Amino acid sequence: MQRWKSVLRTPLGLTATILTLAVLVLAVVAPMLWTGDADAVDTDNILSGPSAEHWAGTDNLGRDIFFRTLVATRLSVELALAATAIAVAVGLVLGTASFLLGRRSGRLVTAGINIAVAFPGILLALFFAVVFGVGATGAVLAIGIAGAPMFGRLTQTLVAGVEARDYVAAARVAGVGRVRILLRHVLPNIAEPLVINATIGAGGALLSFAGLSFLGLGVQQPSYDWGRLLFDGITSIYVNPAAALAPGAAVLLAGLALNLLGESAAKALGVGVVGGIPALPAVARVAPAEPVAEGAGHEGSDLVLDVRDLEVTFPGPTGPIRPVRGVTFAVRRGEAVGIVGESGSGKSLTALAVSRLVAETGRVDAERLELLGHDLRGPDTRAQRRLLGTSLAMVFQDPMTSFNPTRRIGGQLAEVSRHHHGLDRRAALGRAVDRLRAVRISDPERRARQYPHEFSGGMRQRAMIGMGLMGSPALVVADEPTTALDVTVQQQVLDLLAAIREQDDVALVLISHDVAVVAQVCDRVLVMYAGRIVEDLPAADLHTAARHPYTRALAAAVPDMETDLDQPLAVIPGRPVDPADVPVGCAYAARCPLATARCREQDPPLEIDAAGRRVACWHPGESPESGIDELGSLAEVEAS
Amino acid sequence: MASASSVAPATPRVGAGVHPWVRFGVRRLGRLLVSLWVLVTASFLMIHLIPGDPVRGALGPTAPASLVAAKREAMGLDDPILVQYWHYLQGLFTGDLGTSLISQLPVSQIVSQRLPATLQLALLAFLVAVAVAVPVGVSLGVLTRAGHGRRTELVFTTGSVVLGTVPDFLLGVGLVYVFGVQLDWLPVAGNDSASAYVLPVLALAIGPAAILARIVRVEMVAVLEADFVRTARAKRLPRRTIYLGHALPNALTASLTLGGLFLSSMVAGTVLVENVFAWPGLGSTIVSSILTKDYQVVQAVVLVYGVGVLLVNTLVDVALALLDPRSTIRED
Amino acid sequence: MTSLRFDDVTVRYGTTTAVDGVSLTVPSGQVVGLVGESGSGKSTLARAAVGLAPVHGGSILLGGEPVPTRGRHRPLQMVFQDPYSSLDPRMSIGESIAEAIPPGSSRAERRAEVERLLELVHLDPGRSAALPARLSGGQRQRVALARALAGRPEVVVADEITSALDVSIQGAVLNLVRELQAELGLSMLFISHNLAVVRYVASHVAVMHQGRIVEQGPTDRVLAQPDHDYTRALLAAVPGRRSTS
Repeated sequence: MQRWKSVLRTPLGLTATILTLAVLVLAVVAPMLWTGDADAVDTDNILSGPSAEHWAGTDNLGRDIFFRTLVATRLSVELALAATAIAVAVGLVLGTASFLLGRRSGRLVTAGINIAVAFPGILLALFFAVVFGVGATGAVLAIGIAGAPMFGRLTQTLVAGVEARDYVAAARVAGVGRVRILLRHVLPNIAEPLVINATIGAGGALLSFAGLSFLGLGVQQPSYDWGRLLFDGITSIYVNPAAALAPGAAVLLAGLALNLLGESAAKALGVGVVGGIPALPAVARVAPAEPVAEGAGHEGSDLVLDVRDLEVTFPGPTGPIRPVRGVTFAVRRGEAVGIVGESGSGKSLTALAVSRLVAETGRVDAERLELLGHDLRGPDTRAQRRLLGTSLAMVFQDPMTSFNPTRRIGGQLAEVSRHHHGLDRRAALGRAVDRLRAVRISDPERRARQYPHEFSGGMRQRAMIGMGLMGSPALVVADEPTTALDVTVQQQVLDLLAAIREQDDVALVLISHDVAVVAQVCDRVLVMYAGRIVEDLPAADLHTAARHPYTRALAAAVPDMETDLDQPLAVIPGRPVDPADVPVGCAYAARCPLATARCREQDPPLEIDAAGRRVACWHPGESPESGIDELGSLAEVEAS
Repeated sequence: MASASSVAPATPRVGAGVHPWVRFGVRRLGRLLVSLWVLVTASFLMIHLIPGDPVRGALGPTAPASLVAAKREAMGLDDPILVQYWHYLQGLFTGDLGTSLISQLPVSQIVSQRLPATLQLALLAFLVAVAVAVPVGVSLGVLTRAGHGRRTELVFTTGSVVLGTVPDFLLGVGLVYVFGVQLDWLPVAGNDSASAYVLPVLALAIGPAAILARIVRVEMVAVLEADFVRTARAKRLPRRTIYLGHALPNALTASLTLGGLFLSSMVAGTVLVENVFAWPGLGSTIVSSILTKDYQVVQAVVLVYGVGVLLVNTLVDVALALLDPRSTIRED
Repeated sequence: MTSLRFDDVTVRYGTTTAVDGVSLTVPSGQVVGLVGESGSGKSTLARAAVGLAPVHGGSILLGGEPVPTRGRHRPLQMVFQDPYSSLDPRMSIGESIAEAIPPGSSRAERRAEVERLLELVHLDPGRSAALPARLSGGQRQRVALARALAGRPEVVVADEITSALDVSIQGAVLNLVRELQAELGLSMLFISHNLAVVRYVASHVAVMHQGRIVEQGPTDRVLAQPDHDYTRALLAAVPGRRSTS
C-alpha cells in the first residue's frame, strides 16, 4: 500500500486519481439527482444550440444534452466495468490454465490464445456482437470476451515469469500442490501488474463500448450511454455540435482518467528511478579533422598508463555518490596488473574511467590520466578517439551481449579499421579475417560472415580480443573477461591474452573477482575496497605475504586446490560498503578483526615501501590476537 | 533448466540440415494456415451461433413463411451442418461468398467494390503512422537516453499516452468538428477528392503513431544502454554510426515485436473511422449489414478483415526475421 | 538416512539428450560432489531427481524405493543456485521455511521448528518475520538451506549454491555445509563447476561431461590420479595450478 501511495505523488497520477474518483462519484449520484432534468422534454427548444438554459443544447426531442451526458455516466461506467470483469475473469482462467493443466493441455490453450490475440479487439467485438445480438447485453459480452485473449496472454506471460523463479520450484520440491502454489506464490506476485492492466483495460472497455454504441450496435433507445448520445449527436453536428462534443468529451475524459491512472501506477510501482550506475553512451562530439599526433610525448618513458588521484562521481538522490575515491597507479609496457575486489568495490568503474567509457552522468576527475603520454582528460577530439580506438583494446565480461546481435562478426571488427585507418570495405574485412585467425579462430573467412549467436562463448570472447587487435594496442583492459565462461574455456582465453602480451609487449589491466585468476596471470595486483586501492603487491605474494587484512581474508575465503581440509574457511563478516554511504575512517574497519578506535576515525593513507609495495592500513601485517570466530560472531554482525 | 537451455544452441536440432530460412518459412506458413482455418471456421459458425433463425431475423416477422423457407433452401441452411461447412469451403475456393439477403447481389461483388477504398485508407494510415513514429521515437530516444531530458520524456510520454488513448472515432469526430464544421477547410465525407483522404487517414494514424513512437523511444533508450553499444563506444566510432548503425536496427526489431499488433489493429480501425467519414469501404458495409441482419455479407467482411490482419501479422514476422538474424532460430 | 541411487538415468528435452545413461550413488551420510561445465547436464540431473525434469529412462531410487514426486512427504530436497530467485519476495522467511514442513503439526510446533532451523543455519530466530529483501545473499542462501532441511529430507541436492554469492560470503556457506554434514550426518549431492569447492566439501566426486559421467571415485584419488582425459583437462584448467610464468 505504501508503494501505491507513491502514485499520488506525481502530478499526473494525482490528476488521474481525482478524475477517476469524480467519474465514479458521478456514476453513483448523477442518475439520482438529474434523471428528471435529463428526461424533461422542452418542445420549444428542439435541436437548439448551447444556451444559459441548456448548457450543451438539446436533442431532437428538446431534451437537455448536458444532463443526459451526466446521467449517462452510470450506464457507461457500469457496462465498461461489467465487460472488464468478464475479460479479466476469462483471461485469468485462460492464462493460468497452462500452469494448472500441465504441459500438454497447456500448450493447446496457449496456441488458442495466440491465434485469438492476433485479431484486433474491435474485430472480435464485432464478431461477438453479431452472435450475441445488437444491444447492451450483447455488447457487454462482446467486449468482455474480445478483451479476454489479451488478458489471458498477459496473465500467461506473468505466470510464466513467476513460474521460472526458483521459489516456485522449491515449493514444488517441498510437495506443495499446484493450486496452492498458484494461490500462495503466483497470484500474489502478479497481482500488481494485473490490477494495473485491469484499470487500463477498464478505460479501454469504456472507449470500446462508446465505439459500439456509436456504431449503433451497443445501447439501444430509450436507454442511453455516452456512445449512444454521440451516435445521436453526430447526425446533427452541423446544427448543434455540442450534442456530439459533450458526450465525446465525457467518454474521452473518463477513458483517459482510467488509462493514465494505470500508466502512472505502472510507472510509480515498476520503475525504481535512481540507484545503480547506468551504462550509457558518451557524446562523441564530431570535431573538425586534426592532424594526428601519433606517439608524441611518450618517448623515454615506458609508462603506458599513468593514473593519479582518479575519482568518479555520480549524482545520487541525496547528493553525489563517489564509487571511485582517489585511485593512483601506473602500468608499464608489457606489464600485467590485476585489480581485485568484491562487487561494488569500484574496480570495473576504474577500468571504464581510464578508458573514457564512464556514463555521461558520471564525472571523472584526475590529477593525471595519461595513455602513452597523452592527456585523456581533455575534450573528445578526433585525435583522441583515434588514439583510444587503436592503442587501447577493451574486453568486457559478457561476450554474448557485447557484440551487436544484428550484425556479422567480420563487419563489427572491420568497422574499426574502416573508421580509424580509412581502409575500404574489402581491405578492412581482410584485416578482420586476419585478426580472427590471430586469435586462433579456425576457418576465419567463414566465421567472419557469421552472426554472434552462431559463435560459442569462448569463441566470442576471442573474437572480442581480436576486435581489440584491429589497431595496434599498447594496453588491453579486460573487465572480468572469463567470468561468464567455463573453466576450460577460461584457460584458453587467459592463454591467448598472455600470448598477445608476450608477442607485442602489450600491457594488460585485468579486472577480476577471482583471486586465483589474477594470481596466475598478473605480475602485480591492486586490491580495491570501497573505491580505493587498499593494497598493491606482487601477485606472487598474494597468498603468502599480503599485509592488508582484507587482502588476506579475500585470499583465504575461497578454497583452492591446496586449502587445508581440516580448517574452516576464513569468513569476512558483514557486507561490502555501499558507495552512497562510506563511513569515516577506514572503510573496512567494520569487518576487520584488527580494527581499533583509530581505524574508525582516520582513513589510513596508501603508504609505499622501499620495494614499491603499497598498503593502506594502520595495522599492516599484524595478525588477530584470537582467531576469527568462524560462524558464531557472523550471525550478529551480518544481521546488522 | 539452466543447463538444458544452455545445451540447446550448441547441439543440433530437428531438421538442422535444412536451411534456417526454409524451416522458418515452413513453420510460419503452418501457423498462417492454422489461423486461417480457425478464422474460416469461426466465420462459418457465426451464422449458426446466432440464436433463432437468421433468415427470419433478416426478412422480419412479417415475411411469409414460404419466402423464409425458400430462402433457407437456397442458402442450404436445412442441410446437415457438415455438408454446409463443406459447401462453404468449396464456395471460398471458387470465390463464391453467397448472395446478400437484402440487396440480392452476390456478396463477392459487394466485397470487391468496397475493398479498394478500405485498403487505400488502411495502407495510407499505416505509412503515415510508421513514417512519423520511427523518426520521432528514435530522436526522442537519443534525447532522453538515461540521465537526459527528464522533462522532455515526461511531456512526450504523457502526450503519447493521451493521443494513444483517444479512440480513432472520437478523434475523427473532433477532426470533423474542427476542420469541417468550424474551419470548413476539408471535406468530411466520402473519398471523392484527394483532400477527402486527409482527415480519415489522420484519424486512423495518429493513435497508432503515438503508441509506436513511444515503443520505439523506450526500445531505443534500452538499446543505448546495451553492452554492444558500449563496445561500439570502445571502438570510438562516431555518434551517428553508433545511433544509426548499431542502435537503430536493434531498437526496430524490438519495437516491431511489440508494435506489430498495433499495425494489424489499424486494419480493423477502419471500421469505426469509415463510419465517421461515410467512407465507402468495407467498414461502413459491415455495420449497416449487421444492423439490417444481412449475415451473408457480415460473414464475408469478417473473413476479409481477418485475412487482412493475418497477412499483416505474417508480414511483420517476415520483416522481423529479415532484421534480426536470430529470429529464425528463436521461432519456437 | 538412506542412499540416493541414479540408475542409468536419461533425460531428454525435445531431441536434445541432456543426461545420458547416468549411474551414480550418494551413500548415506556422505557428500558427493558432481562437477562439470555448463551444459554438461549436472543441473538437469539434479532437477530430474526432485521431479522438476522428466526422466525418460532408468530410475532414481531413494533407499531402494522410487523417489516420491507427489504428495507432501518429500524425502529429497533441493537448494537452488540463485538465492535472489529461490525465496518468494512476498513471503517472510519464516513462512517460506514453514511451508516446507510436512503437514500434521500444530501452529506452535511449526513455529518452534522454524526457530530451531534458523538457529541451525546461524540466523537470528527473531528475524523469522523478515522479508527476503532485507537479507544479504549469504543469509538468503542459509534460509534456503533451512527450508530444505524443514522437509526432513534424507538427502539434499545442492545445485551451485555458492556460485551466485560474493567471494567473502562463499566461505561461510561452505563452512555451514560441512558443519551440517558432520553434525547431522546429512547426505548430499553437491553440484558445482568449481573443483576446489568440491574438493573442500565432498568425500566422493563424479565428473560429468556432455551428459555422461566420465569418472567417479573418492575425491583425493580422482584429483590426484585422474583416469579420464576430461578430468585431467579440468584439473589443468584450474587457475593457479600451473607454474606461474
